[in-house]
Amino acid sequence: MGQLIARRLVATVPVLVLVTLGVFLLIHLVPGDPVEAMLGESQDETAKQTLRKELGFDQPLPVQYATWASKLVRGDLGKSVRSGAPVIEDVARRIRPSLELAVFAMVISLSVAVPLGILSATNRNTAIDTGGTTFALFGICMPNFLLALLLIFVFGVKLHWLPIASFVDPVEDPINGIRSLTLPAITLGLALAAVVTRTLRSSLLEMLNEDYVRTARAKGLTENAIVNKHALKNALIPVVTVLGLQFGTLIGGAVITEYVFALPGVGRLVVDAVFARDYPLVQGVVLLIALGFIASNLLVDITYGWLDPRIRYSA
Amino acid sequence: MHATAQARTFPVPAAGPQVKSRRWLVLRRAASARMAIVGMIVLVGAVGVAVFAPFVAPYDPLKQDLANLLAPPSASHVLGTDNVGRDILARVIWGARVSLIAGAGSVAIAALAGCLLGLLAGYWRGPVDDLVMRIMDAVLSFPALVLALALGAVLGAGLGSVLIALGVVYAPTFARLMRGQVLTIRMREYVQAARLLGAPDWRILQRHVLPNAATPIVVQASLSVAFAILAEASLSFLGLGVRPPEPSWGGMINAGRGYLQQAPWIVFGPGAALFVTVLGLNFVGDAVRDALDPRS
Repeated sequence: MGQLIARRLVATVPVLVLVTLGVFLLIHLVPGDPVEAMLGESQDETAKQTLRKELGFDQPLPVQYATWASKLVRGDLGKSVRSGAPVIEDVARRIRPSLELAVFAMVISLSVAVPLGILSATNRNTAIDTGGTTFALFGICMPNFLLALLLIFVFGVKLHWLPIASFVDPVEDPINGIRSLTLPAITLGLALAAVVTRTLRSSLLEMLNEDYVRTARAKGLTENAIVNKHALKNALIPVVTVLGLQFGTLIGGAVITEYVFALPGVGRLVVDAVFARDYPLVQGVVLLIALGFIASNLLVDITYGWLDPRIRYSA
Repeated sequence: MHATAQARTFPVPAAGPQVKSRRWLVLRRAASARMAIVGMIVLVGAVGVAVFAPFVAPYDPLKQDLANLLAPPSASHVLGTDNVGRDILARVIWGARVSLIAGAGSVAIAALAGCLLGLLAGYWRGPVDDLVMRIMDAVLSFPALVLALALGAVLGAGLGSVLIALGVVYAPTFARLMRGQVLTIRMREYVQAARLLGAPDWRILQRHVLPNAATPIVVQASLSVAFAILAEASLSFLGLGVRPPEPSWGGMINAGRGYLQQAPWIVFGPGAALFVTVLGLNFVGDAVRDALDPRS
């Protein structure tokens, strides 16, 4: 297991270097002068020169990267051009609503997807199965911003059951907090629920055709015992992988969801930074998101190796 | 010279009458799925509407009618009008062009760039392979929409930026697929024979490797178009797609969200078009995968 972790960590190093290089070059992809783009034409030349110097644009590109990377190693992701606040502080302020949303979305999607996936697989080619697969297809094809607006229309505008654009921290006020996060979490969780339902259904169907399940049936075990004690445990392994891989979709979905529901999270921060042409902030937040994504993929790889010894030994 | 000439006539396995019947089998399999037929009808309809938009659209999509602001669906405006009196149906029809161009165009860019890189990496291996694949891994380390958003932010709004951003986002998938295929195919006897006969690398790649590596690329491309259309709509929704007043489904939905209470049809028209198109493309993509998958 230690060998697997070491190998994965070593393999991550060049990727990390290239990711930082890519994020660093992002600002240089801006057509024309990035400082002009950020400050506009109305600012005076002195302010532009100061910003150029602050961002190190007066230095050659390799020197700029070396300086930027050395700051990065010390935890300095740069400063927002608009607010002047360090990027890391902006992200730290916004991370809690995003994490609360992600956890809530994950809870909702798993509590829908796991029973539905099991029911679909154990009732193959019945109305229940059709319902499950239709739900999965709907979830995959439905754009989350459209779903968000439909939910707002039905539960906010028509029925007035749930708030549509006010964030309350569930830790400070659990009831109103959960109410404020319900629609965003359903929006964010649907796509994940769809993918998990599909994966669990197909992997459980595969398991139910295995020899050990036939043996269990021959021994006279009930269908419930076969599913719960034997097939489900093995069928959940691909679900773990899918959950890890879907982390990226969850972050992408959070950008849209937080934008539509005006939640003060990291996703909203990216969109605001893009609109404000605050490129250092865009760079910093995108880099942090990528690092989070790499860490989650690494964790999934290691978990998978821990769950399935074959992976451990073949690595 | 002689060896090259021989290599030129070296038979490609994917040719001849057997292949024709296999292609026919694949087409029959794809068409036999009911959902595939539904998907094809949707796809043909969307493409038809996009191509013939100037003839099919009942009004000019940019023409404002101040006497008909936020008009509900009626006989004269089937899907209603928006906040400046533009006909929603006309804008949905013209928006189909943007969505389909963005979907097909970005996947074409991704497939072309990804396949080329995968081909280089898989055929020449060594440092080229290491460099290309690490770059692809780095691109895959970003959540797709976040990367597209960041690229859209620096490149600016517009269809060209969307095509480039989504092309970059989807290219690594094609590169990985192509590399995997090439790694297997380059070891086959017919490729080694062609090499021994003196065929140059470009001819081996063009005549022997590419035709045999194409199947999973076609499957991936057919599955990716739907996701690319969704991604373009997401970027347009965030204001990084086609610039208003040009119609795009995502942009129209974003513009309509401020009028959800008074005029929900502004959102529902383009929303339904987007959902149905993506659903249809998913059906087609699934059918293509099932038809070409040797295990099915």
